[in-house]
Amino acid sequence: MTRGSLVDISKLRVIFHTYRGTIKALNGVELWLNEEERLGVVGETGCGKSVTALSIMRLIEQPGEIIDGKIWFNGKDLLQLSEDEMDKVRGRQISMIFQEPIAALNPVFKVGFQIAETIAHSQNISINDAYTQVREALEMVGLDWQRTIDLYAHELSGGMAQRVMIAMALAVRPKLLIADEPTSALDVTIQAQILELLDKLVSVGKNAVILITHDLGIASEFCDRVAVMYAGNVIEVAPSQEIFNEPLHPYTKGLIDSIPVVGRAKELTGIAGVVPDLVDPPSGCRFHPRCKHAFERCNLELPELVQIKANHYVACHLYH
Amino acid sequence: MKLGSFILRRLFLMLLVLFGVSVLVFVIAKVIPADPVGAILGGNAPIDLVEDMKRRLGLDRPLMNQFIDYMFGLVRGDLGTSLKSNRPVVQDIANFFPATLELAICATLFSVVLGIFLGILSAVYRNRFIDHFARVFSILGVSMPVFWTGLLLLLLFYFRLGWLPGTGRLGLFTTPPAKYTGLYLIDSLISLNLEAFKDALAHLVLPSLVLGYSAAASIARITRSSMLDVLRQDFIRTAKAKGIGKRLVIYRHALRNALIPVITIIGLTFGGLLEGAVLTETIFGWPGLGRYIVNSLLLLDYPAIMGGTLFVAVIYSLVNLVVDIIYAALDPRMRI
Repeated sequence: MTRGSLVDISKLRVIFHTYRGTIKALNGVELWLNEEERLGVVGETGCGKSVTALSIMRLIEQPGEIIDGKIWFNGKDLLQLSEDEMDKVRGRQISMIFQEPIAALNPVFKVGFQIAETIAHSQNISINDAYTQVREALEMVGLDWQRTIDLYAHELSGGMAQRVMIAMALAVRPKLLIADEPTSALDVTIQAQILELLDKLVSVGKNAVILITHDLGIASEFCDRVAVMYAGNVIEVAPSQEIFNEPLHPYTKGLIDSIPVVGRAKELTGIAGVVPDLVDPPSGCRFHPRCKHAFERCNLELPELVQIKANHYVACHLYH
Repeated sequence: MKLGSFILRRLFLMLLVLFGVSVLVFVIAKVIPADPVGAILGGNAPIDLVEDMKRRLGLDRPLMNQFIDYMFGLVRGDLGTSLKSNRPVVQDIANFFPATLELAICATLFSVVLGIFLGILSAVYRNRFIDHFARVFSILGVSMPVFWTGLLLLLLFYFRLGWLPGTGRLGLFTTPPAKYTGLYLIDSLISLNLEAFKDALAHLVLPSLVLGYSAAASIARITRSSMLDVLRQDFIRTAKAKGIGKRLVIYRHALRNALIPVITIIGLTFGGLLEGAVLTETIFGWPGLGRYIVNSLLLLDYPAIMGGTLFVAVIYSLVNLVVDIIYAALDPRMRI
């Protein structure tokens, strides 16, 4: 069973051990992606978007634990690799950029060194030899390389720092770029610039992208497909336009109704209730306590992610 | 800001601090309710003898003049003459300080290597056996008083096992090496006196262990907590995502960031050791600065007290300067 030619995640379960109890953070996540495809992963804080991303990188650490599932990447199950084999995937075939770009750069090393280090690792060359490619990487993201190469993270603006992160991530020509809320910490105008830059670069570099965001608008604009997550599950996956025009899952519908639209005189509707505590999540479908359409089965049985029409999957008992 | 101008600025600030300290030392020496002349001559000395002694010490002159003399002396490197030994205080310090310096360096080296190593292991293998061991080790180290560990070690290694010598810097029958630096280890190497080198080293082991253990304990604790803090940072996640491997993530990306608070502790410890560890010096019969200053205090030898205090202040400021320079070298944000 391969739904995605590059990535195919199935039944991924991750828990976190805490003093309050075990947090069931991912409850059987299903996600897949083809080469050169862009997938948006959308959901509220704590729904498991970042945990999914970190699982792909195998960067879930104590007290977290991946307890079940498969992450096929390029024909290998990443969860079966040794730590050494995994280090050949990280930073070579999969790169990642993060939400707080300034904090994501090491404060005591110059920007140039950090980029060179990444290139050196991916090509198995010395850091000194890698410096020749740093210039190209910085120019690629629209930075004046002579001015930037010797700067430290605290001397950069947020936008510049994210450009540096992008340069670092794409300089290794990864098959997959995971962008975890890359614009959430930036000003709106800078957000647009960064997304435009990313758009241009991944088109040229033919990288597949998983874009994690809580902004459905950004996801549908940037991505081919959008996956919506709720409380540790992917509940709906559809092509970007379709998820806006014909959302199926009650949660997705609620999410779209809660987006303010300029010029439309319609009262915003929120989703009743709050995100559940994942130490003690609701039984069955984790959304059912907040769902207007819930019926008995929702309380008993976790709905599977099933294809309803071409490329449109939903995990909801209303549809099957 | 460039590192050079940073250092110049710090040097200038240090001069200001030292001026303040010398004024303070002078004032304190004048206001303490103790009579140095009485201390030298005894309480029942005839009045003319007292007056004569006051004149010789310059204590009959107005305070302002005394202060000016004292400051001019300082600038020329003259700390006055010890009332007890009748030698220039500078010379006394030059005699006692190398012993302290040698011990401080050995103890600090030992504590830095052990403390940082344990701290890193402890943080990386958090809540595993090695972490529990390191934490018990450091709790013991910071809570056991040095005179007690000192006596215990002496009891075991000197008295019971006889593996190591007990007191002093050299054995009775070892001739001290020719004096170049005053540090026996270095002097004996320069004069190729291997016997003296071995003997000096053997004498250094126990006091260095005692002083180094308690210092290592606090360094390990700080390293652990600082490391844990750094390992949680975003840039560590970035480094891991680069796939450079655990070792480089820890030693290249985490350690350098984690060392800043550790350097502070090392600096303070080293500075503290340089002013003389009185208890350890007493137990191990170590002829160091700490004992010199304490003895001067007991005898009200006020030029020696003032000189010793000033010297300690200079040393402390120098160590702090070095610490600040290391900060700036480690972390570019400190150069602002």
